[in-house]
Amino acid sequence: MRIECPICGSRERREFYYQGADGMIARPDPDAGGEVWHAYLHLRDNPAGETRDLWYHEGGCGAWIVVTRNTVTHEVLGTRLASDAREAAS
Amino acid sequence: MRYSGFRIIKEALTGHRGWGPAWREPEPKAHYDIIVIGGGGHGLATAHYLASVYQQKSVAVLEKGWIGGGNVGRNTTIIRSNYLLDGNEPFYEFSLKLWEGLEQDLNYNAMVSQRGIINLIHSDAQRDAFTRRGNAMILNGADAELLDEAAVRREYPYLNFRDARFPIKGGLAQRRGGTVRHDAVAWGFARAADSRGVDIIQNCEVTGFRIQDGTCTGVETSRGFIGATKVGCAVAGSSGRLMAHADMRLPIESHVLQAFVSEGLKPILPGVITFGAGHFYVSQSDKGGLVFGGDIDGYNSYAQRGNLPVVEDVCEGGMAIMPMIGRARLLRMWGGIMDMSMDGSPIIDRTHIDGLYFNGGWCYGGFKATPASGYTFAHLLATDTPHHVATAYRFDRFRTGHMIDEKGVGNQPNLH
Repeated sequence: MRIECPICGSRERREFYYQGADGMIARPDPDAGGEVWHAYLHLRDNPAGETRDLWYHEGGCGAWIVVTRNTVTHEVLGTRLASDAREAAS
Repeated sequence: MRYSGFRIIKEALTGHRGWGPAWREPEPKAHYDIIVIGGGGHGLATAHYLASVYQQKSVAVLEKGWIGGGNVGRNTTIIRSNYLLDGNEPFYEFSLKLWEGLEQDLNYNAMVSQRGIINLIHSDAQRDAFTRRGNAMILNGADAELLDEAAVRREYPYLNFRDARFPIKGGLAQRRGGTVRHDAVAWGFARAADSRGVDIIQNCEVTGFRIQDGTCTGVETSRGFIGATKVGCAVAGSSGRLMAHADMRLPIESHVLQAFVSEGLKPILPGVITFGAGHFYVSQSDKGGLVFGGDIDGYNSYAQRGNLPVVEDVCEGGMAIMPMIGRARLLRMWGGIMDMSMDGSPIIDRTHIDGLYFNGGWCYGGFKATPASGYTFAHLLATDTPHHVATAYRFDRFRTGHMIDEKGVGNQPNLH
């Protein structure tokens, strides 16, 4: 599996650390309540098919990257910087 | 038909014409008291104990493919009960005791072999941790034995005791641990359940739940609607996909774990060796193949195959601890999909939907748990109360902070 780092270009999977679903970007308000925080910390969509997750380019530029990927075929469909993804969402 | 030595002799003398299929292929009925989704080890064990221990007369197992075609046929066949935490150890010791009597209970040769398992120790800190774990095991009625370097060397003289990074300083042994013929577990439970009237329905994929006013009344399948008073899901690996039909989000991610078998070799490994510090474990099958594995690949996946970096990592672990493995050729490798839960421990519980029950989150430790998982899930389905060794495996433990985190790494599934 190779991942396209928006800064460094196409790199081997080994250079990246996997964090989890990209929902981690949308951190709830500290006062959002127990249920919201429980869902944020513990519950996952875990789709079979297209998913978006967070990878850290620890063996490269140190960027956090949102990777759009297929969990059934391991095909990488697209990448963007996590900072760009957060700006687009807000 | 009961299997026995006498039966083998009789069939040998009469041309093996009397064996017959080991289970029926029934058509689904319109309604069952209890439907178990998933014809793997856990689902079939659940059906067996529902019929035998809890006297249930109307039980069906629904399997989307063929029974035993999932993780019960894709694991590395190890059984053990060497856990630390109170929520886990009594459950796994209950499971090991069930393994010890399983073949008599099922009248089926599952090749349960208590050849022993040794967790290698490389440092003072690890010896302290394993001593504590051994004490926890003994307190819960399991067996544990702390070995010094000389004792490990007597049993496994060819391991790399002088590795610069991980010199072997001893081991924690559980003599009652070992291996089981994994496919035979599925077949044995299926045959025993079928003989007590359980309908095992293959090629029947569940495509949805019928839920009315918060109560599950049956399942939509590729072979039509089947009604049920209670529905139990035991599809670890596919839990996310199945429970999405009930609009449930789970504290689970699906990850791929790879395993490997070498060509057949003469007997060299009498038991199971785990090299936890380097993420490598190995045993030898009765056919002679070295069966080994390591870490999960580390990213969400539903593909039953992994990537090459982990293959390299596992082989490096093997070379570090057992250098002669480098002369063996790899025969097969494969991947299986794990329900990796948020604390590394399973879930056996009711859901918020009446009549819908869940069994999953087994991470990469589901095989050893098969009999106890089936027994306790059957107890829950039949009595609506948790079995006393499975009371900690609740859905709400994440919300309330009662995680059962053996490794202490927090809610990061790929680190468990």
